[in-house]
Amino acid sequence: MSLPRLRAAASFTKKGAAAPPRKKLKVPRLFIFLCLSPWLFGIIFFTAYPMVSSFYQSFTKFNLIESPKWVGLDNFHRMFFEDDDFWKALKNTIWISAISIPLRITFAIFTAWVLTKPKRGSSIYRTIFFLPSMVPAVAGTMAFTYIFNPAYGPVNKLLEAIGIKEPPFWFLDPQWSKWGLILLGLWGIGDTMIIFLAGLLDVPKSLYEAAELEGASGWQSFRYITLPMMTPVIFFSGVTGVIGSFQYFTQAYVASGQVNDYSHSMYFYATHIYFSAFKAYEMGYASALAWVLLVITLLCTLVILKTQKRWVHYPNGSLFK
Amino acid sequence: MSIYASEKLAEIDEQSRKARRSKKWNNFLHMVGNHSVLIALSAIFILPLYLVIVISLMNKGQAETRSLWPHPFVWHNYLEVFTAVPFLKWTLNTLFVSVVGTIGTVVSSVPPAYVLSRLQWKGRQTTFLVILSTMMLPGQVTMIPVYIIFSKLHWIPSFLPLIVPSFFASAFSIFLLRQFFTSIPDEISDAARIDGCSEFKLMMRIIVPLAKPAISAIALFAFLGSWNDFFGPLLYIVENENLWTLGIGLNAFQGLHHVNTNMMMTASALFMAPVIIIFFFSQKVFIEGVTLTGVKG
Repeated sequence: MSLPRLRAAASFTKKGAAAPPRKKLKVPRLFIFLCLSPWLFGIIFFTAYPMVSSFYQSFTKFNLIESPKWVGLDNFHRMFFEDDDFWKALKNTIWISAISIPLRITFAIFTAWVLTKPKRGSSIYRTIFFLPSMVPAVAGTMAFTYIFNPAYGPVNKLLEAIGIKEPPFWFLDPQWSKWGLILLGLWGIGDTMIIFLAGLLDVPKSLYEAAELEGASGWQSFRYITLPMMTPVIFFSGVTGVIGSFQYFTQAYVASGQVNDYSHSMYFYATHIYFSAFKAYEMGYASALAWVLLVITLLCTLVILKTQKRWVHYPNGSLFK
Repeated sequence: MSIYASEKLAEIDEQSRKARRSKKWNNFLHMVGNHSVLIALSAIFILPLYLVIVISLMNKGQAETRSLWPHPFVWHNYLEVFTAVPFLKWTLNTLFVSVVGTIGTVVSSVPPAYVLSRLQWKGRQTTFLVILSTMMLPGQVTMIPVYIIFSKLHWIPSFLPLIVPSFFASAFSIFLLRQFFTSIPDEISDAARIDGCSEFKLMMRIIVPLAKPAISAIALFAFLGSWNDFFGPLLYIVENENLWTLGIGLNAFQGLHHVNTNMMMTASALFMAPVIIIFFFSQKVFIEGVTLTGVKG
């Protein structure tokens, strides 16, 4: 039950020794409590209570007007055995995650890597690469659905000009709409790229010099130095990518609104939750969907965590031991 | 071993002599190669923005012909968008939500970050772990009960659900600030405390000024977060057209009457403009901020 002490106090206060002004060095408990209070209030009312509440609601039928009615596991039964939209949304989400997460990581490494190459002018390129990630999602999506429109968007004209005979119809074609979204995501790679760039600049120069002396080729030094040194960043982007892709909403919602996505090719997990909760007002069912989402996200994160020992290389010890 | 070493040295010597001869030429080739890859990539990144701007300056007929250059330039589009739709009102609404939200986030996130990094107390580590885990929590899990709370308070539709939560600190901002505060040497605090400085004064007068870069970063992220937000307004203000933000308004554009479809691009360009201007003035803050939140914990 010893009082926690300030580091400063601990360093020169000993039992019985002539004490410096102790009053000032005490832990200011009231101050700590006051400082934390906005966060505490927030976590109680906007996180803890809602989590408990939505967990309870996931076992109820609840339409916002009548009070929740307990239905046991009905919501989950309905989800897995009766709700085709659930499976459609889940399939779409898994499909786009499986393609876009590795693609995004590869593209981020590539763009960051080419940025480290030139001796001069790299900051201009960095600005240009980063810029699209700042564009509001709604504006970016509207722009993409417009310029990728096969009838009046110029992108397909440019594709034809470089020799692609029959460019896809992008957002208008259920087979290609997700690729449109993937391109939209790759366009906004900037923030991920900056994290990779920081990682690349952190790799000690001496390693590359040693490799050059040993006669390693450019590819070899990339494969055996750069890549292993980047595994923590790759790991981090993998985890945040999985978490993010199950919450992927705005771009898909706006794009499907623009093009009348009748075949639901851009209907994702988060869209399904939104429609269940705020269009059908099935709050209980939507809560159940949200909890399944949490479980899926946790499982995916756990799997990545479990495999990290095999491929993630930490020069200074692990962040998640 | 020495024979091997001397052979090796001779070999390296030979190599470096060769290298020196072709060094200039090689460097030049490398430079050309690097810059052409970078220019090609830049063109791809810029292309969508370029197309938005040129289409926004075309008339309706031309905008649907896949043209790459406005003929004639219809600068009038940028005036018309303000009269055809309540664009000014949307902008002011968005600005209001973003500014108040930013103030809320900064004011409420600095103190928790301060006590989590500059003071030693029981439960500090646990608190920090809780904050980290809430960062990972999908918003969908808490969304519905929070919506119900706001609807019971009769706050829907209004701006309150969009701005009030920002006054209860954001986990991300606390995390970013804490990373920065931790890097400030302890000696500064010790000296101030011995001089009898109160903890509050120490935070406001000494640590906050030192942490300006981190505070500007969280302010920027908070501002952009609200400026770009679509889901929050979709839940809370969509029912009242007077409260619409730019994102909601723009998304509804197609269904609105008296609007040419190409003006969608005019509106998009205007929606992007502030963000891009802010970016050019604060690039350094941004990039440092993003880097600070990366794995370099």
